[in-house]
Amino acid sequence: MSGGVDSSTVAALLVRQGRSIVGMTMQLWNQRRLPELAPEGGATGRCCSLDDVYDARHVAEQIGIPYYVVNFERQFEEQVVKPFVDEYLAGRTPIPCTLCNNYIKFDRFLEMADSVGAHYIATGHYARIRHNEAHGRYQLLRAVDDSKDQTYFLFGLTQQQLARTLFPLGELTKPAVRDLARSMDLAVASKGDSQEICFVPNGDYAAFMNAYLKETGVTPEETHGEIVTSDGRRLGEHGGVHRFTVGQRKGLGISAPEPLYVIATDPASQRVIVGGNDELLRERCFAGQVNWISIGGIDRPTRAQVKIRNKHAAAPATLLPAGDRVEVVFDQAQRAVTPGQGAVFYDGDVVLGGGWID
Amino acid sequence: MQRFYFDHNATTPLAPEVLETMVSCLGQVYGNASSIHHFGQGAKQRLETERRQVASLIHANPAELIFTGGGTEADNLAVLGVGRGARHVITTAIEHPAVLMAAMQLEREGVAVTRVRVGSSGIVNPDDVRRALRPETGLISVMHANNELGAIQPLAEIARIAHEAGVPLHADGVQALGKIAVDVDALGVDLYTMSAHKIYGPKGVGALYVRKGTKLTPILFGGHHERDRRPGTENVPAIAAFGTAAALAGESLAADGQRIGDLRDRLENTLLERIPASGINGSRWNRVPNTSNLYFDGIDGEAMVIALDLRGFAVSTGAACSSGAIAPSHVLVAVGLSDDRARASMRFSLGRSTTAEQVDALADAVLASVAHLRRISVHA
Repeated sequence: MSGGVDSSTVAALLVRQGRSIVGMTMQLWNQRRLPELAPEGGATGRCCSLDDVYDARHVAEQIGIPYYVVNFERQFEEQVVKPFVDEYLAGRTPIPCTLCNNYIKFDRFLEMADSVGAHYIATGHYARIRHNEAHGRYQLLRAVDDSKDQTYFLFGLTQQQLARTLFPLGELTKPAVRDLARSMDLAVASKGDSQEICFVPNGDYAAFMNAYLKETGVTPEETHGEIVTSDGRRLGEHGGVHRFTVGQRKGLGISAPEPLYVIATDPASQRVIVGGNDELLRERCFAGQVNWISIGGIDRPTRAQVKIRNKHAAAPATLLPAGDRVEVVFDQAQRAVTPGQGAVFYDGDVVLGGGWID
Repeated sequence: MQRFYFDHNATTPLAPEVLETMVSCLGQVYGNASSIHHFGQGAKQRLETERRQVASLIHANPAELIFTGGGTEADNLAVLGVGRGARHVITTAIEHPAVLMAAMQLEREGVAVTRVRVGSSGIVNPDDVRRALRPETGLISVMHANNELGAIQPLAEIARIAHEAGVPLHADGVQALGKIAVDVDALGVDLYTMSAHKIYGPKGVGALYVRKGTKLTPILFGGHHERDRRPGTENVPAIAAFGTAAALAGESLAADGQRIGDLRDRLENTLLERIPASGINGSRWNRVPNTSNLYFDGIDGEAMVIALDLRGFAVSTGAACSSGAIAPSHVLVAVGLSDDRARASMRFSLGRSTTAEQVDALADAVLASVAHLRRISVHA
């Protein structure tokens, strides 16, 4: 229970169904750290703020369930925050939410559920799980509310994890969830939605990284470099490749007749390569560390729709087996295929699987 | 579900006699003890009666007792009230945050602080205190009994060292009071912190013993109460309840100590005998009789607290932080436990209402829980 409207509604719905449940809030990040990032007046609307814990506890009290805060700060830092920082330093654009799902919410938390004798975990994610009797596999499906669908972040879930997970909101729209919360008089019914990366205030990940690296005593290696075109023309200078992500247009500090975008970053040479919009288009990419969900795998070219970032409209493509990777060949070239992001394979509403873009 | 309370070091239930005192006093003694009239005098008399009562529990002169809003305030008054006049202060690595964080505040104000370390026994070596002394040392603060381990510190020896050097000694006695006999003269302490809610009294009231002649500057301002050392209208009903709790503690100290110590040993013997890779954190000896801090290697203490709570047993792993989540204990780290073992440790603290049946039920639940958690961590 994050203290938000989604997980609060999940808890209340399960109580209404007569299930025996225990409420838990995962304490993932110590908000007292990196005080220089704290907005005036404290850290509200960020994960694990005292206000959110207060709200979650209040809801638990309203619906009459036992409630505990469990501390996963250590695992979260090791398995989410550090890889997040390392990925950016390596010139990639990470998705911490997927790592958090893989290693914290559906792993460490499931272990905690085991420890206290709970059979299932339930979260406020917008996604659906279905057991396919014919194949004997658990399937992950897009949420009914397409605008809130979170399956893009859930491509790493295993069969064992899916078997023990409930997503009660997958069949509901966000407005319906708010209506439900209001009808059950939940104290958080009108609370605003949380921001995308919970531990990064205001989405300023570069400021977070600087503060985090400073706190941990790490001086990032050479943080200055050149901004160049793909044919090697030097256009300017920058303050560190980790400040740039593929497809980015703002913050280059270069005036050019045509809009310029980041095409790629090269941490080894500390170069940021820029170019016109058409240079961003890619017809294919490789996905590594692929996790298959609704099917066991592919041994021949397979048609699918592929999402290469959360807000991307899934694009028709052919998946080609390539050793332990999958080569994705898009029907039409896609803009800003970004290393470090996920490539998630869909067949309609069904998530076939996904991997990390190399 | 039947619920059993094994967390008496966190707080204790109000004794029925204490409740009676507090309620009747709340209803009847409403005067302001500073007022000249009849009502004020009634409150003042009651205040002084209770001061004598609490003072007698530590064999102190009542004039040397300052009532405060609890143990934390008393610790702050001692550490800041004496330490602000000093250039160097000595304390230990295993103090309660009320002392440790007050000492950190002194550091921010420019006072040097030495935190004496402890060995695996959890007991301060007086020679380490001697070695930490500097010519400019102005205060030594060492707790009487540790809240997590129960380890009793050698205050009398440390007091001798302090007095040879002419340095006042403060002891946080919150976890010792009511569990072992306390005599401030025999111990030789100059300041001693007490809290009512650890001895079956109410929350929000405590006291600081300050030996006559000890220089103490106030940390709060606003009136002449408590001999100019702690302003604010005295909370007479809570202080009266504290007095009753102190009287009860004095009467039952010896008998309670023996009985509760036997139950604690019964619990430990059962668990240590039947659970492999388990043991006592800190020394088995020189402990207050109610406290047992054990490790069960390979388990997640946080999960175990929740699992036991869901089955009706209230226990603890260590200090809880403000959001209610459990952070690894600085005390267990200080006695040299690895991070993993600190996380696999549990504190059971027994009390006046604990029975042999409760202890046996707890032992069964812990046995089952450890077995379950170890099974899971093998799979994980």
